[in-house]
Amino acid sequence: MTQPLVDARHLTKRFAKLTAVDDVSFEVHPGEAFGFLGPNGAGKSSTMRMIAAVSPVTEGYLRVMGLDPAADGPHIRSRLGVVPQEENLDEELSVYENLLIYGRYFGLPKKVIDERIAELLHFAALQERRDSKVEPLSGGMKRRLVIARGLINQPDALILDEPTTGLDPQARHLLWDRLYRLKQQGVTLIITTHYMDEAEQLCDRLVIMDKGRIVAEGSPRQLIEQHSTREVLELRFPLGTQEEMVARAHGLARRIEALPDRVLLYSDDADETAGRLFGRGVVPQSMVSRRSTLEDVFLRLTGRSLIE
Amino acid sequence: MAAPPALRVVEYGARVYRRTWRGSVISTFLNPALYLLAMGVGLGKLVDQGSGSSELAIPYLTFLAPGLLAATAMQTAAGDASYPVMAGIKWRKTYHAALATPISVGDLVAGHLGWVAIRVTFVSVVYAAIMTAFGATSPLEGLLAVPPAVLTGAAFAAAVTAYTARLKDETGLSTLFRFGIVPLFLFSGTFFPISQLPDWIEPLAYVTPLFHGVSLCRGLALGLPFEAPWAASVAYLVAWVAVGAWLSLRVMQRRLVI
Repeated sequence: MTQPLVDARHLTKRFAKLTAVDDVSFEVHPGEAFGFLGPNGAGKSSTMRMIAAVSPVTEGYLRVMGLDPAADGPHIRSRLGVVPQEENLDEELSVYENLLIYGRYFGLPKKVIDERIAELLHFAALQERRDSKVEPLSGGMKRRLVIARGLINQPDALILDEPTTGLDPQARHLLWDRLYRLKQQGVTLIITTHYMDEAEQLCDRLVIMDKGRIVAEGSPRQLIEQHSTREVLELRFPLGTQEEMVARAHGLARRIEALPDRVLLYSDDADETAGRLFGRGVVPQSMVSRRSTLEDVFLRLTGRSLIE
Repeated sequence: MAAPPALRVVEYGARVYRRTWRGSVISTFLNPALYLLAMGVGLGKLVDQGSGSSELAIPYLTFLAPGLLAATAMQTAAGDASYPVMAGIKWRKTYHAALATPISVGDLVAGHLGWVAIRVTFVSVVYAAIMTAFGATSPLEGLLAVPPAVLTGAAFAAAVTAYTARLKDETGLSTLFRFGIVPLFLFSGTFFPISQLPDWIEPLAYVTPLFHGVSLCRGLALGLPFEAPWAASVAYLVAWVAVGAWLSLRVMQRRLVI
């Protein structure tokens, strides 16, 4: 088997008293899209920063492309592209200059950088903004520019921290499309997200993180098969009646999850479950049947929602 | 061959400057001229007619100009080593972006200080030309005063970078200028010999790096005896550069690599 691109064993990150990453082990293989799914504060970003060789490992073993970040940080960073959660573009400079500066940081000659910038602007759909300042660009444009910037050194892997947080649906889809193209080109993607749809769309394999630990690992499909049912019936009840209705529904589904605003009934056939509910006189205000998602997996594993 | 990493950071400073130089034109070109005009020529006339002439033995404009050169170097350096550092660490986080590349914290600090030194050199040369145009010095002597001005700038750049890198927010920056840079500007021998200060303050002036910068600039530009032994002044300023750079590196390492 080929060497993993990232090999982490018992990786731990502590800040003063806070343990942000608590003994996690995982491997990322070349060419795959690997995700860290979890709520804010789960330790995803801290893990990513260690992989990106910008944050020292507190404890455990970490190799990135076979190299030790503590000893070979600059070498590792020269082969990675990083798309941080917070935009850190130079807003005083133009789109072109931002890319140029970054290329120079990697020690690339200007001629090579100029060629790549032409390609990357096309890829990021920013050709027309080449010479405009960064500051007035939309959120989606800025994010695409940060991605283009992260690709200036033609990295072996692109590390994306919450790539679509704060973007509108259209901008998100455009971004997913670009990331999908990169994946087709064989670029390894390492992504953190707290959006389960993003994880399902983009990731071949992912780990679910909660409170600094990995609670599950697998492909989106495997995770759903292992930890949830095929379908889910979502019910909403008029104020004050939920408790009684839940009691009546007892035993009708493989698992019932009563959340503050809705009730989830897990079964392999949601319509059939709905029919049996009516038989018991359970009348919801609204009812939706859907397939299980990673959100359900997360709920099952941690007892909490991804977005709180 | 790729340039050393720190030089790439210098290049970054130059590229940003190419975009933003217009904003600093006034402070670079006009302010020195205005100061020389108002204080040197205007106020200078009064000083020269009064008892100042016996104390200074040279025209006030001539006395003032090299001191202002050192003070301008200080102000330029303090400005370039404060707000841009805050932006890199906190506002725009461009330092974080740089550190995701092969650039290290050491490269970042060296490149930043290197760029400020280049900026100060540029400003000092422009100032020396203006000073010469006012007839305060000869062109050659004006240029002789540039290196000590740059050294003064470097001392402040290093110290102010270290100071700024520790700050949580920008209120500390106005404190720096209000209680640090402005008093130094006024009381370090720029506008009058420090012997005019009350005796108990005079030793304090010796401790300020600007006083030593002023002494070196004035001595070289006017061919007069230095106000403090020149070797001691140079050594003192070099020490400020070294300690400031070392502190900057340490503080930034702690702040940025977590």
